[in-house]
Amino acid sequence: MEFLLILFLIFLGFFAGSLNEKIHYRKIAEEEMKGRCLPLVSFQKEILYGKRVEEAKLLSGSVVVSLDYFKRILAGINNIFGGRVSAYETLLDRGRREAVIRLKRDAAGFDAVINLRIDTAILGGKVGCIEVLAHGTAVKYASNAGG
Amino acid sequence: MKNADTLINEGSSNMVLTNIESVPGMRVTAHFGVVSGSTVRAKHVGRDIMANLKNIVGGELKGYTKLLQEARDTAMERMIKDAEALGANAIINIRFATSSIAQGAAELYVYGTAVKLQKSA
Repeated sequence: MEFLLILFLIFLGFFAGSLNEKIHYRKIAEEEMKGRCLPLVSFQKEILYGKRVEEAKLLSGSVVVSLDYFKRILAGINNIFGGRVSAYETLLDRGRREAVIRLKRDAAGFDAVINLRIDTAILGGKVGCIEVLAHGTAVKYASNAGG
Repeated sequence: MKNADTLINEGSSNMVLTNIESVPGMRVTAHFGVVSGSTVRAKHVGRDIMANLKNIVGGELKGYTKLLQEARDTAMERMIKDAEALGANAIINIRFATSSIAQGAAELYVYGTAVKLQKSA
């Protein structure tokens, strides 16, 4: 009986998890296209040299993502043989891209985001459950008309 | 439209926060040292049950995202209060740290350098 339950969870994890991931990736691609006009850099100097900055603000975006049941078992098996653990690769990729998208969503009205930093934290107790935090400084250039 | 002058002259609730070592267009006139804020949050039982169910199919755990975001806001508020007490009008070079100190509890820590800014001529 217990075996059947585990088997059911694996199947549920496999189908629902794959579908979930596919939908999430499609959403990510859409949102990234929307936000592609905003410059986002990881260095500290303002870009577009010579422009005066009028306003600066700290922005952040965060997301908690977890593995599905099937991938958790797959990752466990991968751990025995070593090598690439693709289950975790996609998890981290999804988390980071989603966090950056959320940061960009907050940046409406600003001209650029500088000094982007991405932190990843493992949430205690749960296997395959991570939090990704992206933070950066949004800057707004002074308009030429205003002096 | 807000400009640099009003940004500084408005109340302390408008404290300028950045994660870079300066504020563009401004000059640092005084340093007040490191200010920090932290909070420890445990998971909500109801949210935990939902999260456990969501853990089977994977994906975003919205309850946790919200929980951590709220906790981080609290930590930021504490840091800002700390800086206000020192008479600063900006906090620069802000860093975030998250550590899971026990099963089901996480500490969120925010720290930065409190400074006084003046609009550069």
